[in-house]
Amino acid sequence: MSQQRKAVALISGGLDSLLAARAIMEQGVHVEGLNFFTGFCVEGHTHAIRKKDKQKPKRNNALWVAEQLGIKLHIIDVIEPYKDVLLNPKHGYGANLNPCLDCKCFMVGKALQWMREHDFDFIITGEVVGQRPKSQRKETMPIVQEESGAGDLLVRPLCAKKLPPTLPEREGWIDREKLFEFSGRSRKPQFALAEEYGFKDYATPAGGCCFLTDENYSRKLADMWQARSDRDYELDDIMLLKVGRHIRPRPHFKLIVGREEGENKFLEGYRKRFVHLRSVSHTGPLVLIDGKATEDDLNLAAQITARFGHGKNAEQVEIEANYMDGSSRLLQVKPLSADEMQTEWYI
Amino acid sequence: MVYLDARRLLCPMPVIRTQDTVNKLAPGEQVEIVCTDPGALNDIPAWCRINGHKVINTQQQDDEIIIIIEVGDGT
Ligand code: SF4
Repeated sequence: MSQQRKAVALISGGLDSLLAARAIMEQGVHVEGLNFFTGFCVEGHTHAIRKKDKQKPKRNNALWVAEQLGIKLHIIDVIEPYKDVLLNPKHGYGANLNPCLDCKCFMVGKALQWMREHDFDFIITGEVVGQRPKSQRKETMPIVQEESGAGDLLVRPLCAKKLPPTLPEREGWIDREKLFEFSGRSRKPQFALAEEYGFKDYATPAGGCCFLTDENYSRKLADMWQARSDRDYELDDIMLLKVGRHIRPRPHFKLIVGREEGENKFLEGYRKRFVHLRSVSHTGPLVLIDGKATEDDLNLAAQITARFGHGKNAEQVEIEANYMDGSSRLLQVKPLSADEMQTEWYI
Repeated sequence: MVYLDARRLLCPMPVIRTQDTVNKLAPGEQVEIVCTDPGALNDIPAWCRINGHKVINTQQQDDEIIIIIEVGDGT
């Protein structure tokens, strides 16, 4: 009997990578999944934070996909090495701060490394020619092969017949004839194939696999970089951009205002790292100050904090300001009115 | 029993930490994971099912979730 070949599949949690892995498993290949966590992945986070979403069942789509396929899934933390991809993308950004082409080269490169370390034979992705205007075009397919170093060990089962035969096809490890020739933006062939394989309930996230494709999120990230004059970031920084209202009334500081109980709770975890405000005379949100606020600024921040609490129409609201050294003081302020809240403050 | 503090981490970080801990252990050893993201209640058992490990117990105390798992033999 010929040797059973082993393939490592990039699993994002979406439909395409699910189908691509399954198509190769159909050919008797042993498949295991890899999922990369960049810190910007949509998976779970905000659902976990916001109370109103707590009733909905939460699932990690990459784990769900692996379970549907009956394969092992290895989740790899790439937060640190991903910084260079995001900060210095050779091929630039997409519509927002998403460096998709560089990101794909990076992930396939990491998969190649994993493949070698674990004695696997080739790599699978769910890419489809022409599906994304910038990163999944006929011209970008060879770029990913070349810059990742994977060359013709990279198989894209969903559009393989549109591309030159790869090594696994030429060597007969897999049968090219049983692969597909999907192309373009239509998702109909994928839906039909999902039906054929009996997959239901798969995730079809509108914004793709990460927050970097989200316009609002990218704006907050760009704002953070500009305000700090430094683009380095920590996981906590990019997590906080997913939570609360972000308001920058002055260039040198911004406020992160919890929108509901779940977010307030999450922000509480950061109390020791930020000066924070909370109304004591009325119920209201927890507000973190990111940046260096002067005494005058603190007063303005307290007025804004009061604006988002139940005392917003009161003559005076008592706000407690807590410093990082554990000390605190009370401020009596008049909440800002709706008119005084300038729209350009909202990030 | 190995103890893993995954409090305040958001999914999938608790799963990644669990995975990295389990990879260093032998079959039969147990890990107690404490986390605060309720997503872990789904994700850690799902990860265990996929990778052949056993969930021994899960419990929720106030805002903390405690999951005890036993390392499988990798099949
Ligand atoms: S959407 Fe995000 S994770 Fe997906 S390829 Fe683009 S940058 Fe990478």
